[in-house]
Amino acid sequence: MTTSSLVIEHKKVQKTSIARRIVIGIIFLALAAVILFAFVPATTASQTSDFGMTPGGIKQGVMPDWIVPSQLTLYIIGGLCTLIAAYQLIRGFGKRTNALLGVVVFMFVFAFLTYASAGQGLNLTGILRSTILLSVPLVLGAFSGLLSESGGVINIGIEGMMLMGAMTGAVVGSVTHNIWIGLILAILSSVLLALVHGILSIHYKVNQIISGTVINIFATGITTYLSEKLLQPLQYLNQPPLFPRVPIPLLDNIPILGPILFNQNIFVYAMFIALIVLQIALFSTRWGLRLRSVGEHPKAADTLGINVFRTRYMAVLLSGAMAGLAGAYFTLGSVGHFDEVMTSGKGFIGLAAMIFGNYTPIGGFFAGLLFGFANTLGSNLEILGSLISPYLMAMLPYIVTMIALAGFVGKVHAPDADGTPYEKE
Amino acid sequence: MGHFMENKTKKPENKLDDSGKILLEELSHPSLSLKPGGKPKKGSALLIPLLAIITGLVIGAILIIFTSPEVYAGLKVSFSAGLAAAWGAVASAYTSLFKGSIGDPAAIAKAFKTGNTNDIRLAINPILESLVSATPYIFTGLAVALGFRTGLFNIGVEGQYYIGAAVATFVGFAVTGLPAYIHMPLAFICGALGGALWGFIPGWLKAKTGGHEVINTIMMNWIAINLTSWLLTNGPLQKPDAHGAPISPQILPTAEIPRLFPEPIRFHIGFFIALAVAFLVYWLLFKTSWGFDLRTVGANSSAARYAGINIVRNIILAMILSGALAGMAGANQVLGVDHSMSTSVSAGYGFDSIALALLGNSTPIGVVFASLLWGILNNGATQMMRDASIPISIISVIQSFIIVFIAAPALIRSIYRIRGAKASDTGVTLSSWGGKS
Repeated sequence: MTTSSLVIEHKKVQKTSIARRIVIGIIFLALAAVILFAFVPATTASQTSDFGMTPGGIKQGVMPDWIVPSQLTLYIIGGLCTLIAAYQLIRGFGKRTNALLGVVVFMFVFAFLTYASAGQGLNLTGILRSTILLSVPLVLGAFSGLLSESGGVINIGIEGMMLMGAMTGAVVGSVTHNIWIGLILAILSSVLLALVHGILSIHYKVNQIISGTVINIFATGITTYLSEKLLQPLQYLNQPPLFPRVPIPLLDNIPILGPILFNQNIFVYAMFIALIVLQIALFSTRWGLRLRSVGEHPKAADTLGINVFRTRYMAVLLSGAMAGLAGAYFTLGSVGHFDEVMTSGKGFIGLAAMIFGNYTPIGGFFAGLLFGFANTLGSNLEILGSLISPYLMAMLPYIVTMIALAGFVGKVHAPDADGTPYEKE
Repeated sequence: MGHFMENKTKKPENKLDDSGKILLEELSHPSLSLKPGGKPKKGSALLIPLLAIITGLVIGAILIIFTSPEVYAGLKVSFSAGLAAAWGAVASAYTSLFKGSIGDPAAIAKAFKTGNTNDIRLAINPILESLVSATPYIFTGLAVALGFRTGLFNIGVEGQYYIGAAVATFVGFAVTGLPAYIHMPLAFICGALGGALWGFIPGWLKAKTGGHEVINTIMMNWIAINLTSWLLTNGPLQKPDAHGAPISPQILPTAEIPRLFPEPIRFHIGFFIALAVAFLVYWLLFKTSWGFDLRTVGANSSAARYAGINIVRNIILAMILSGALAGMAGANQVLGVDHSMSTSVSAGYGFDSIALALLGNSTPIGVVFASLLWGILNNGATQMMRDASIPISIISVIQSFIIVFIAAPALIRSIYRIRGAKASDTGVTLSSWGGKS
């Protein structure tokens, strides 16, 4: 999450205003106060926090638990936050403010975990491992939105495309008993929906948000209908194989990192490959430059001989493919069968991650991780018996996105022609 | 500039029927409506929705045929047997849709013949029940339509609905000792205020920071849904003896919206409140200077700025009004139908409302008729589920096609080979989200 703020900073040269300096300073101070006056009194001097360092069920890269004295740790973190807050209020960190914001939030989260696990255990790598898993659909959703919007077409139908991909993957995987055919057809089904979105919004120039909403309503309706009509009476249609965990030799033995990153299923690896490919392709190749020029200023791109319509169709179809991959993750990579409306808003959070990540792959990736982490924490805190309801934790990504949009983290730059149909004259 | 703008935005008042079309044009291509021949014909304004509905139903029929096991069994015997089975499946589905939503004509005739009041009530209950299920759609459809009229895309109706329902529920059971003629309106208005607050936040963000209302209202939806889930499971809305089930206590009888008939019939005066509110929205938008300002900001914000209209205030006001309408829908559902709140208080009213506003050309009267259609479809679908075991979700598929055909009239034109004004084929164009500086 530190890096995501860093990325946002890369893109612009900005002067930090005094009001912003003070506001951020007060936020730092408030976080420090919560640590020192809410977390510390709740712990005793003799309590320890026991952080598990090996996720359950993993044999490679085993590491002993990490045990810290709870209260002392909280005092140290609280003190550090107070110091940073004081410096921010008096002098200000200038251009590094966003990075420091990341650092302080990170320390606060760690303090919170220490407080929540005082006197008991908490599997830290287990949390990080499921963070990665839970962020896969969010990150792929963000990439999906990014591809389409770089070309100037808003795609809020990602949620529907994911649902369609999830169902197709489950049914085809079950019928053919071949997980790869299931995956490919899942992607194709989403691409088909994306084609509808493309035809409606590029050819017929229907408002892109209406077209995306239609995709969502249609996909929700048809998958629920088919699920009730076919999948429930015919159970064998909904028992697809599941992609196994594929440990990467040597790398999986690295403590901490091995279990988190190198002992996952192919969707996680696909996510990392997509991240690298997209980051390079969008910003360092001619293809990416053309795509972005169509999103920023289609008329100029057209004048230079770029086929705006074809480029936009390509962007939307690739977006659909990415959403299909994310959808297949639900049935073939995570749950193992199709449930009605199983994507439960993940496509929308993916879009939020895309915006929060300032329309860059790396930014979207870290934003997705952040949201995934909030989700994981929500479900793990229930086990810890903490006071905060998972419902309230689940609100966090949305609130963070709104704050980011409102400009507290810095202005987000959307492609200039995003959402406007192109008309050739 | 001021005169020019006056000309353009006044137009909807003269020709109410296709004012939505003109507005959509104004939103997307302000100059188009001034071109000769750019005006859509009056007939096509009604023809397109009608054809869209019919085509949607035909596609629903095709879906029923393809997923009906009887058809495949019939095809194994012979082609004509398959055809007969297909006809049977569609006929039984749509017959039960009709019986469940309008009523069984035979039963109605019989009831009137015997003259038994109870029989008559039961026979006409399907149509009354359709009105009950249309009522929340009228409110939410108006919410989106008002947004469209003012140039805002409020996708947050679902969230505003949840908050409205939650606030109305709380006032309904926690405020005691009031007479019914104060308690019910109070709970209803508080629900509207809850929705208004939920609309105010994205409106304020849009006006002050430029954060697009589409993404912000989507975020507000999920916040509202999680917030109400929390309120109902561990929060102040939880029923004391519910053991963690997400349900609220029953509201007091004084907070209930009165029903007109005895028990099994749920028809309540909320329907008439909705009609009155629809008229109020029409009056506000088209007969007051406030409404004129709101529509001008929606039609052409730079023209509005030159004319000295306060854009920030009008954007916020529009979102507040839109949110209040959505909140009323939630209050109506809790106070009039459910009498308590659970997490399943909304049947997707918020998302369907976009379709309703489009279908009704963003005019209050159009929204009322579109809502009646939606109420009939959804109410009939319940019967269709019972009689012909067709899942209710088929209605979503039919509805999505109806929206597509309304949003892209060129599609319907090419299917039915209707010639029409090409210029009006493009729909609303809204700018991107993300903070543009």
